Amino acid sequence: MSAPLLSMANGARVAHALLPCLELGAFREAIVRAPSRGRRVSALFGAPRGKGISLYVVLSDDDAGLLECARTELSGDEFPSMTPECHEVHLFEREIAEQWGVVPTGHPWLKPVRFHASYRKESPAAGRADSRPPGVGIMSFFRVEGEEIHEVAVGPVHAGVIEPGHFRFQCHGEHVYHLEISLGYQHRGVERKLVAGPNKRTLHYMETLAGDTTIGHTTAYCQILEALSGRSAAPRGQALRGVALELERLANHTGDLGALAGDIGFLPTQSYCGRLRGDFLNLTALVCGNRFGRGWVRPGGVAFDVDASGIAELEQRLAAAARDVASAVRLLWTSPTVMARFEDTGRLERSTAAELGVVGPAARACGLRRDVRKTHPLGIFQLVHIPLSTAESGDVFARAFVRWLEIERSLEYVREQLRELPRGAARRDCAGLESGAFAVALVEGWRGEICHVALTDETGRFAAYKIVDPSFHNWSGLALAMREQQISDFPLCNKSFNLSYCGHDL
Amino acid sequence: MWRILLSRLKQGHRTVAYPGVQPVMPERFRGLPVVEPERCPEGCRECASACPTDAIQAEPQLALDLGRCLFCQECVSACPEGAIRYGTDHRMAAREREDLVLGGQPLESVRALDRKMLRLFRRSLKLRQVSAGGCNGCESDVNVLGTVVFDLGRFGIQFVASPRHADGLLITGAITENMKLALKKTYDAVPPPKIVIAVGACAISGGPYAGHEEVHDGASSVVPVDLFIPGCPPHPLTILDGLLSLLDRLGPERAAGARGHS
Repeated sequence: MSAPLLSMANGARVAHALLPCLELGAFREAIVRAPSRGRRVSALFGAPRGKGISLYVVLSDDDAGLLECARTELSGDEFPSMTPECHEVHLFEREIAEQWGVVPTGHPWLKPVRFHASYRKESPAAGRADSRPPGVGIMSFFRVEGEEIHEVAVGPVHAGVIEPGHFRFQCHGEHVYHLEISLGYQHRGVERKLVAGPNKRTLHYMETLAGDTTIGHTTAYCQILEALSGRSAAPRGQALRGVALELERLANHTGDLGALAGDIGFLPTQSYCGRLRGDFLNLTALVCGNRFGRGWVRPGGVAFDVDASGIAELEQRLAAAARDVASAVRLLWTSPTVMARFEDTGRLERSTAAELGVVGPAARACGLRRDVRKTHPLGIFQLVHIPLSTAESGDVFARAFVRWLEIERSLEYVREQLRELPRGAARRDCAGLESGAFAVALVEGWRGEICHVALTDETGRFAAYKIVDPSFHNWSGLALAMREQQISDFPLCNKSFNLSYCGHDL
Repeated sequence: MWRILLSRLKQGHRTVAYPGVQPVMPERFRGLPVVEPERCPEGCRECASACPTDAIQAEPQLALDLGRCLFCQECVSACPEGAIRYGTDHRMAAREREDLVLGGQPLESVRALDRKMLRLFRRSLKLRQVSAGGCNGCESDVNVLGTVVFDLGRFGIQFVASPRHADGLLITGAITENMKLALKKTYDAVPPPKIVIAVGACAISGGPYAGHEEVHDGASSVVPVDLFIPGCPPHPLTILDGLLSLLDRLGPERAAGARGHS
């Protein structure tokens, strides 16, 4: 018999008291059996409860469009690791170990995640002798031994204008046997500061969790506040959030296709898409004054509405960009030099992607039907559906091609929304958070599933606030896609995932 | 081949006429704020208490620190008298940290590098970028300068892969504890004379993360900074204007023009 998990919809809240508190054994069982029941782990995290730690889990049932939630109270400072039986929780357990100093015993790969001190002064992070952090990047890396094996270490400062991270390759000549990725360089302690909020900085933390995903993360946060206050956003605001989210996707997908072209030296598409990415960002700036959408999405709706002339200008500029992006991207699929480099490079097997809990375009490129807009729709996506785009081959080509399909569909979606914006105000009041509550919000950001989970205390303040950026699921996917590849293909593979360091490091 | 040529024809020439022609920013663009202390009612602190990063002081006289400002709307919405509003001027860079504090006076124009440094760098400036604990917003809009739209290379400015090939650093992010050593080492690897440019609220003051245990509140905590470019993130043109002003590439009339009242 399966454990009694609580089923809830995306964007819903329940009283914390109604959240099933399972025995550790049943809690483990629910997670370990999740993959065979067709569930994914969207979040697994710890939060303090009195002197001890509670673990919370959010499983996604993509077929039913429901989330299954539960918690357990740990009685000591350890629990048997679930990773050996359910691989997709490997990083969640490492995070729990580092943040709360509880040990998932039997974890095969228990290493630091962000290299910070434990949040509980009395319990050093798992595997550490005392409460001092070990120094970033200092850990035992997986090594391949052999006379002709060599190790390539890259980062944290990279050659391009990109975020910091450390990559350790085990190579034989050009051939990569294994890549290990060690992050934490962008760790700025955001989650810890969200406790006892919301306060005047909270919204700005959300807008900068991952600056290129401002709309995605801020929408998730606003949906949490709306769930906790029991007030839905204004219909016009919800439609404009959909526009904002798809514009963010358009800009980033276009930029990624350009950058992929750049990584193989195909300059036409690189140049055109570099410009077109900016054109999409400028559409966002036209509405809200900022290219990344800062200030646009707010609790209760959006802070910036568009009038008829604004809509006309958006439509006109969107049409021009749509034409140009089509001509730029189609060059990729018709150029044999491009296809020869894209196809069969950095292949991620569908079964591996499923095991790791990969999300977003990287998952859809393996044929996995994972898209929150389709499976757990909220807001405007409940009313107007967007088709799910997939490919089969799981290689760089598939990840690029899924992006192109999504560009086409997002363009259509934005145009449709602009034609049929609901009347009325774009924002309504949304204040007063329910006390002792638990709320979950999922948003399909351009990189994939964004999951926010909030717990409120008896005064309606955040007792805990968990953020899972899609990159948290996907970095391991990149590492495995690099196996048996040429090290010179790393930039191309890396860009085909284009993951966030700051969204992972928080 | 023909397809590529045809697409090239359709895509057209896309590089902006800047700096020859001044850019038109979107109407809602939040550029250099206009601060009018004379409008402040006695004892009012609404803006200061609304500001998420404590960028505003209300006493003894209203002053806004561009280096901390996230260019959000909180102070503008909070002020009953309209004493703070956003202009659309994108030019906001400064050589000195204290010049970024606006109290009703126009923003000091950017002093170019001295003659010796200009002789070295005016026509060729190679920068190493260090990203050290932000949100990747600044990095994105620095990257944009490399696109055909801004074509940074035409000014002789280029990002290079190694600090040993660089004339200076362009730093983004609040400088996390986890990036402090890497930043210091990168700085030390740049041969002197060298310049340092801090881009964005994080690199100037810590931005939204100011005061966190995990960060060091900006680049000045580790290295001396020669140019501060405010914004969250700064518009690409704000960054470009800062770089070109530092290199004295904008012409005397543009450099001397008062900023902030467009």
